[in-house]
Amino acid sequence: MHAIEIRGLAKDYPVGFWKRKLHPALKPLDLTVESGEAFGFLGPNGAGKTTTLKLLMGIIFPTAGSATILGKNFLDHEVKRRLGFLPEQPYFYDYLSAPELLDYYAGLSGVAAADRKKRISSVLERVGLSDVGSKQLRKFSKGMLQRVGIAQAIIHEPEIVFLDEPMSGLDPLGRHEVRELIQSLKDEGKTIFFSTHILSDAEALCDRVAVIHKGELRGIGVVNDLRSNVANKSEVIWEGAQAAAAVRELLSEPHATGETVRGTVQNSDLDRLLETLRSQGARLISVTPLHGTLEDYFLAKTREQEAVNR
Amino acid sequence: MNLNRKTTWITALLLVALLSGSVVARRRVEQQRGNQATLEEVLYLPSGKAVKRLSLGYSSLLADIYWTRAVQYFGSRHIAHAERYDLLAPLLEITTDLDPHLIVAYENGSIFLSQQQPDGAAQPDQAVALVEKGIRNNPTYWRLYFTLGFIHYVDRHDTKSAQEAFEKGSEVPGALPWMKVMAARMAEKSDDPSTAGYLWKTILETTTDKDIKQTAIMHLTSLHAQADIEALEKRTGIYEQRFGKPPESWSDLIRAGLLNGVPTDPDGQPYKLRLDGTVQVQDPKKFPYIERRPKEQIK
Amino acid sequence: MTSRLSAITLNTFREAVRDRVLYNLIVFALLLVASAPLFGQISIGIERLILVNVGLSSISLFGTIIAILVGIGLVSKEIEKKTLYTILSRPVRRWEFIVGKYFGLLLTLVVNALLMTVGLYIALLITAHGLKKGDALLLAAIYCIVLQFMVMVALTLLFSSFSTPIFSAIFAFALFVIGTFAEDLKNFAAMTQGFTHWLTTGAAYLVPNFASLNVISQAAHDQPISGSLIAFNTLYAVLYSGAVTAAAVLIFERRNLK
Repeated sequence: MHAIEIRGLAKDYPVGFWKRKLHPALKPLDLTVESGEAFGFLGPNGAGKTTTLKLLMGIIFPTAGSATILGKNFLDHEVKRRLGFLPEQPYFYDYLSAPELLDYYAGLSGVAAADRKKRISSVLERVGLSDVGSKQLRKFSKGMLQRVGIAQAIIHEPEIVFLDEPMSGLDPLGRHEVRELIQSLKDEGKTIFFSTHILSDAEALCDRVAVIHKGELRGIGVVNDLRSNVANKSEVIWEGAQAAAAVRELLSEPHATGETVRGTVQNSDLDRLLETLRSQGARLISVTPLHGTLEDYFLAKTREQEAVNR
Repeated sequence: MNLNRKTTWITALLLVALLSGSVVARRRVEQQRGNQATLEEVLYLPSGKAVKRLSLGYSSLLADIYWTRAVQYFGSRHIAHAERYDLLAPLLEITTDLDPHLIVAYENGSIFLSQQQPDGAAQPDQAVALVEKGIRNNPTYWRLYFTLGFIHYVDRHDTKSAQEAFEKGSEVPGALPWMKVMAARMAEKSDDPSTAGYLWKTILETTTDKDIKQTAIMHLTSLHAQADIEALEKRTGIYEQRFGKPPESWSDLIRAGLLNGVPTDPDGQPYKLRLDGTVQVQDPKKFPYIERRPKEQIK
Repeated sequence: MTSRLSAITLNTFREAVRDRVLYNLIVFALLLVASAPLFGQISIGIERLILVNVGLSSISLFGTIIAILVGIGLVSKEIEKKTLYTILSRPVRRWEFIVGKYFGLLLTLVVNALLMTVGLYIALLITAHGLKKGDALLLAAIYCIVLQFMVMVALTLLFSSFSTPIFSAIFAFALFVIGTFAEDLKNFAAMTQGFTHWLTTGAAYLVPNFASLNVISQAAHDQPISGSLIAFNTLYAVLYSGAVTAAAVLIFERRNLK
């Protein structure tokens, strides 16, 4: 049984003055996520990531397709006891304190009253908010709110956790802490489905990723495999700034410190680069093959359709 | 969305059931309240001036609302042949305080007030006061003089005041010539039932209220019957003079050449000839306004 | 289900309390109690009448204003602030959310009314130097005011489920005014004929009947209020507000939230 199985899920929005035209926010999506996986859902802003999550949570209704979560219909209310959701840039009832909010949510998710107090204090400790006491949420900073958000997503000990841009708006320290939290959730065996546009986070945490762009799935696979697919660059360092102009178009991100120039080049262009440098009289210092990054894969996938469209 | 279907159906059914139930409950409530509506409730506030101040500039809208209530009040009691129309005068007072130019309230309301029971409140003096208020506030509306004259003549039997009213009305610029005719009739033929008939006919043709139309028709048919009866009794009188005793049946009169056939009333029923020579309608309830004038008045 | 319903109800109540909405009652109660001796100056004999009229009308009016001000945001605020997202991702049915909100606001208004009633009785005590038998009648009037709240909350909830706060406020206030003149609307309908008749009669029954729910003048004039009137009024209020809430649920169940 897959943890999440999405079959042909699609969402069109009627647009235009008379609401006659349809804008596809999500084109039919097929996706499966296995239990215990950390799955990254990547895409630029407006790609359809949040739309997908809202569809799965029943916040909006699909125009086509279906999905199952833990084997049950995704709209089944009982299955919602076993999942947690952190929306993007969350906002909570600001007149409540953190323990009150968690108590309310825990109750709605079916946690027995007797267990709640214990769980609340342990969850608050886990997200690093054990000393907020009865401070009202309206006084929380963004980072604290994000942590409350994670707390409410896990208070009822769900099997799957859905996170929408969990790092947004956090400072580096906050991001580090959230990353550690997600890692610890993963270590507990929870399935994590998290959408983001920050690739380094996905690279660090996820087993598999999918790339979505303009409502369409562009690519999916295991992170390492995807990276090696695009491992076709090398870093070249030489001495001789006078050569830089000649080879500028072959390099990406050229960097000059005094006479030393450093740049990245596609392997297919490597020979030409070395030729040119030699002919310009530059002194080669090093050539290092680079690992592909997820960013390369991402850029490749988001750009290829545009090339086709053009 | 399959899981939602069940909820949607149940909720839709609930909606229909509850709404229908609420209508039923509401009718019961209104029944209950019918027994308990108090003066204060119907009027909300007994003073027209107070209402006007509170109406925040929407006084003419409120006037319309109060007029609607007055009509409803009158209409429902009229159907029930009520004997008292206590709230009518206060309602009309408030209505016309709120909107002094609501002509229909003066024209129809005063007739509701002046008519004898059970057709109206039998308060002709108040009716006169109301119409005069209307004339004060709307001096160019000459038809109100007609209403005034009508009330004076028909309900107060005050020919002189009626004549004055028609005279004054005829002098208002734009008044139709028959106002002068009416004034003249008051002076010369005030005792003649045809004058009343003329007035009622005008009312019938000009009024907008269906209850008043109804009353006018009944008055007119009664007048018609009354004229018939007086003419017939003249014939029976002639017969008695000629033969020494009153006729025993219509055939006697026909044989005597005083009638062409059996006379029928406006309802189509033959008149009844009584032993003393007087004539009656078959069903007096259908002609409630027949007056028995003393013989000297009948010319 | 019941635990979720009561959780949402109590949370809605908590929100209203912390929103300082209920604090008007303290102001009202104090004002009323403080001004009570003044009524004695206005005119002997009808001071009680005025006090009861003012007191009951205020309870009714304040409550209706709160019902509108809080009611228009009941659903729309949660959609606007996206607090609904984390609610809907839990095993909460959409209808439970609506019904819970309804009872939460109703509870707020009832508590408000009760506290204002206490203030009214205190003021009565001061002016009349003691309570009389007729004062129990006030409770019947307040009960009917609560019935009025039931209808008002349902209506504002309905509008909140699909409309923005400003329009909800306008619609709700308009219905409040029309509902006060509901009987006149019915009279007007009776005077029409044909298709207009059916249309206006339908509209007259669709509109809430606040006129019948208002027994303030009877209470003020010490007139008895029949038990069957109260019973039928209760039935009407329950059925009508149930229907309106059902409509709110129907709309909300199908709504794509932004």
